[in-house]
Amino acid sequence: MAGGGPSLRRARRRLSLPFWRHGWLRAVAELVPPVAWMTLIYVAAVAALFVYAFWGVDSFTGKVVHAWSLDNFRQIFESGAFRGVIWRTVYIAAAVTATCAVLAFPFAYFMARLASPRVRAMLFVLVLLPLWSSYLVRVYAWKVILAQDGILNWSLEQIGLPGANLGYSNWAMWLVFTYIWLPFMILPVFAALERIPHSYIEASRDLGASGFTTMRRVILPLALPGIVAGSIFTFSLTLGDYITPTLVGGAGSTFIGNIVYSTGLGVSGNLPFAAAFAAIPVVIMGIYLTLAKRTGAFDAL
Amino acid sequence: MRRIKLRYVALALVAVTLAAPAAGISKTGANEGKLTMIAWEGYLDPSWVKPFEQQSGCKIQAKYAGSSDEMVTLMRSGGGGQYDMVSASGDASLRLVYGGDVAAVDVKKVPGWKQFFKTFQSPPNNTVKGKHYGISLQWGPNTLLYNTKKVTPAPTSVSVLYSPKFKGKITVPNNPIQIADAALYLSKTKPSLGIKDPYELNKTQFAATIALLKQQRPLVKKYWGLASDEISLFKNGDVTVGASWPYTTGALQAAKVPVKELIPKEGATGWLDTWMLSAKAKHPNCAYAWYGYISSPKVQAMQATTYGETPVNKLACSYMNKLSKGSCALYHANAPESYYASIKFWKTPVADCGNGKKDCMDYSKWVTAWNEVVS
Repeated sequence: MAGGGPSLRRARRRLSLPFWRHGWLRAVAELVPPVAWMTLIYVAAVAALFVYAFWGVDSFTGKVVHAWSLDNFRQIFESGAFRGVIWRTVYIAAAVTATCAVLAFPFAYFMARLASPRVRAMLFVLVLLPLWSSYLVRVYAWKVILAQDGILNWSLEQIGLPGANLGYSNWAMWLVFTYIWLPFMILPVFAALERIPHSYIEASRDLGASGFTTMRRVILPLALPGIVAGSIFTFSLTLGDYITPTLVGGAGSTFIGNIVYSTGLGVSGNLPFAAAFAAIPVVIMGIYLTLAKRTGAFDAL
Repeated sequence: MRRIKLRYVALALVAVTLAAPAAGISKTGANEGKLTMIAWEGYLDPSWVKPFEQQSGCKIQAKYAGSSDEMVTLMRSGGGGQYDMVSASGDASLRLVYGGDVAAVDVKKVPGWKQFFKTFQSPPNNTVKGKHYGISLQWGPNTLLYNTKKVTPAPTSVSVLYSPKFKGKITVPNNPIQIADAALYLSKTKPSLGIKDPYELNKTQFAATIALLKQQRPLVKKYWGLASDEISLFKNGDVTVGASWPYTTGALQAAKVPVKELIPKEGATGWLDTWMLSAKAKHPNCAYAWYGYISSPKVQAMQATTYGETPVNKLACSYMNKLSKGSCALYHANAPESYYASIKFWKTPVADCGNGKKDCMDYSKWVTAWNEVVS
């Protein structure tokens, strides 16, 4: 096989010669497969989404009509309910991100700077352990915990406190999202904190800064890219989710993803409207990423 | 290739000759050996699918759908023809008929059809201009469910679902057709609106109904999607009153949850499911074999007692009592025709109100309005 006949060898040499002579030709040949893959699978899908968003659907037969219009977007922004859904999705995503950052920072700090190697390895396993089980199972577990006759209210009752009415509400969603996405915040923050050279902190102390000032002026600014990188995960994951709102959300807990799911599959299969709605988180994430890039978050990824 | 094909044909022929007398179907040609179906979960139970497969030689490939919308989407996926049949409910059937997705069925080839209650032979949700787009299957009322320990005195009116007294303890289905339940309530409490048919609402009637639903929304704990959602809501004490199905009630009572259901004094809506035949069905002979089988009294009774719904075949009653004592009366399978007239069966709302005018709100408007109410 490898040797081949003299004619085959000659043909192979003739084929490889131009690639050897012209470096750019080799570069093109190497880049075409991955670029084509990206274009076909990823870019084409997003492009199709945006094109669909400007089409409509025949209300009688439910078939897609290829006529360009802004009707879908008008329908979304003219409706108070749909604007409410967008606003709710964004503010809960932001609240979840902020909570994750506040919880993750001390944890990651302990892991990166205070814990012994053994403890650190153990904490790593503990952070990653929930990710080994199915997302669905963990959300269902919370559903059971927060139910009216669930574990939480039972425990509160045992210590003589009134029951919390948390199940099926936006509070429940905030709690569950924070729990689910916390590891995605801890890991990049840990990476950022671990990279800070110990000499910086010593220098800060030598110059007379208190522990608090060192934290505020040295450690936090250096950890910020890590926090922003983590926030990209927590924010975008919350923004695109529709399962948690379905399972633990209440009567007013619809997310963008739920509308996309129910109209794309429902409304006599109104794919154009679903596509228009699905384009909104893409735009929001675009804005978010542009802002995040300015803080240098991508260097920490 | 040729040999394989011949073998299948021979097999199918043998199966048909064996099956025809057993299932009592008229011969319509060789069975194709396969039948692809979209169904509600539980509608293709092995206890009645296995005997059918043995008798007819038609192997059933099932795809379960979670909602009427999903059924419509699946029937249209890939240009149609991927599935032969669908167990469509009344809120989906007319969409499939007007979308040209389903074919007319020859009722003469389905012996059980003659034994159906009159109401279910040509109901408006599957029969258009005298053409039968499918064969009725089973039906059930949409009932009012309540926790007997928490809700006293026992309710008689559906007004409890709109009462601030039960704020945060109410659940209703997350389904646009739910608008009809509110319209039915308004037709009794606000006769000035002139609502005659809860599925044919003009602009003012529709606006009044949506306003009522928007008032209800802050009282609702959760809009349930699947029957299992409602079961867990009642089980865990999250809600005490809700709009429900007999199936749910049965499941909760079996789990010893203190619940009861009733048909409120305002009347009730109901669903009627129809086995519809795809316009591009690849296995029509197997489909007719299924029609013959599933419409027969015995199989009707089996499905009714297993799933907790009511058969459309009059003769199913005695079989039901044999399978489970008293089940015929429990599910009203022996009720007079007048009883069925009191149930407002689901049908897809269309712009044509039946009065020649086209000023009614069609289904897409129902969906948009419903989405605005619940989100």
